[in-house]
Amino acid sequence: MTATRLTTPHAPLTITGPVNPEPGRRVTSRGWRLVGYLALVLAVAALLLPFYWMVMSSLKTNSDVFTIPIKWVPDTLVWRNYIDIWQRSDMTTWLKNTLLLSVLVTLLQVFTGSFAAYGFARIRFPGRNLLFLAYIGTIAVPWQSYMIPQFILMSKLHLSNTLWAIVALQAFGAFGVFLMKQFYETIPEELSESARVDGLSEFGIYRRIMLPLSRPALASLTLLTFVTTWNDYLGPLIYLRSPELRTIQLGLRTFISQYNAEYALIMTGSVLSVLPVAVIFLLGQRHFVEGIASTGLKG
Amino acid sequence: MAATLTRLRPRRSRLVWRNTVAGWSFILPNFVGFALLTLVPVVALFYLAFTNWNVFGAAEWTGSANFRRMWGDASFWTALRNTFYYTVFHIPLTMAAALGLALLLNRKLRGVGFFRTAAFFPYITSIVAIAVVWNQLFSPEYGPVNAFLRAVGVDNPPGWTTSADWSMPAVIIVGTWREMGYYMLLFLAGLQTIPAQLYEAAKIDGATSWQRFRHVTIPGLRHTTFFVVVMLTIGSFKVFDLILVMTEGGPGQSTLVLSQYIYQKGFVENQFGYASAVSIVLFAICFGVTGIQFWINNRRES
Repeated sequence: MTATRLTTPHAPLTITGPVNPEPGRRVTSRGWRLVGYLALVLAVAALLLPFYWMVMSSLKTNSDVFTIPIKWVPDTLVWRNYIDIWQRSDMTTWLKNTLLLSVLVTLLQVFTGSFAAYGFARIRFPGRNLLFLAYIGTIAVPWQSYMIPQFILMSKLHLSNTLWAIVALQAFGAFGVFLMKQFYETIPEELSESARVDGLSEFGIYRRIMLPLSRPALASLTLLTFVTTWNDYLGPLIYLRSPELRTIQLGLRTFISQYNAEYALIMTGSVLSVLPVAVIFLLGQRHFVEGIASTGLKG
Repeated sequence: MAATLTRLRPRRSRLVWRNTVAGWSFILPNFVGFALLTLVPVVALFYLAFTNWNVFGAAEWTGSANFRRMWGDASFWTALRNTFYYTVFHIPLTMAAALGLALLLNRKLRGVGFFRTAAFFPYITSIVAIAVVWNQLFSPEYGPVNAFLRAVGVDNPPGWTTSADWSMPAVIIVGTWREMGYYMLLFLAGLQTIPAQLYEAAKIDGATSWQRFRHVTIPGLRHTTFFVVVMLTIGSFKVFDLILVMTEGGPGQSTLVLSQYIYQKGFVENQFGYASAVSIVLFAICFGVTGIQFWINNRRES
């Protein structure tokens, strides 16, 4: 019971806006509203300043990145950096590897996760709750604590130093199972019950009823898994030793240590590594918010 | 009566059997991967930690030797201390910032949607990019952080990641900056489940806004807070990639944490046995602290 509470701090809900503004704000209104705005603007400025610095520095000449006083707007925008970086690094390889991994992992995670979640959410069989507890228990066990035996195992399976290692590492996480199970439980049982009476098999119910209805949750899971895999640094660091297998995070890191005084180019690389995630996030931010609000977890 | 019972029983057990097969066939594709890559390693950890497994895979049972060695290992204690240092500051700071932001955003202000997006963005940005940007921001001579500090009258601003005393605070600041948007979302979702009538009633009773916060908001957020504390605790104890990219544990050992020490011993020095023993400590801390938090939560509930 406690276990289910852990994953459900509250029912899956959509954060659409201030549903519950404290009543009576009107009375003190203007003044407080202004203070509120001011606090928000300050907070956002602090939150976004690093990103501003990143983008701005990526468009500077190297010697202009650190100056006294700081140049908050570059004299001229040096777009050349965005051409140079492709020549100075293996950006193409890194991006290709990362894209391949992200797509593969996302497909597997969405498939196995949503499939298993149906078993946990809708089919009653002995040992089910215990099994689910094993999934939940892994939240409390940080990956860092079993990465050593996992590495030995992967080496024995001859997976280390192949891209498959990362696929194996990321694709079967418990996260997808949680998220989908959480969502399935909001779908009325009667729907599947009447389908069962009509003679639809469990697989048919999953395929014809649950999957189409869980599109929002599937979108959340897809986006979150994609971004998590894209951003993963530790997995590739441990498993991918050959330069031609490097992902964007690993590549960027080696680039930084190789050219540690090329401040502007380093920022260019950083922008390029963040850009795809930023685009995905802006397009699908609703799904991110919902996915996280309903499970309280991220990949 | 007896006849129906005997007729029912086989049908019932057949149903159970059918459901078991159906249930497992749904779970199996995920479970195979999960069991092989998570459950097996977790179990193996408890064997490895008592061996001197090295890179050649020659394992010899050495009993508690690894743990006795750990007891006298100054670096291990430094790593443990630093991990607690990070945790003790990171948890309250992140909680305060996240709750503060959530309270600000839980109102009818124009542009809340934009603010929410902005606050969440750091959390989905890769650690490598974040670390390298913050290292530039923290640059002692020319960085904007110290430029700001000088402007407000701090004559001798800290050296941040170049100073053994200030590297950990720098990492804590970045950790908090990165994660507060995420926990803010959780708090925001929690705030929206508190019924407006409660605030209304408190108001009629003449409660000040502080009293309403103290006696309506805080109790109303209990479940969320509990969850946030558990997640933050585990997240803080396992902190690793941020530190690895930002400071590599330095200068000296000033930001060396447990996870990184495991990595160092295991993957750099190939002492898999000893690294596993250190892993068990990390495992035990996370598991233990989570268990205690559950226990306290359950007791408060009853």
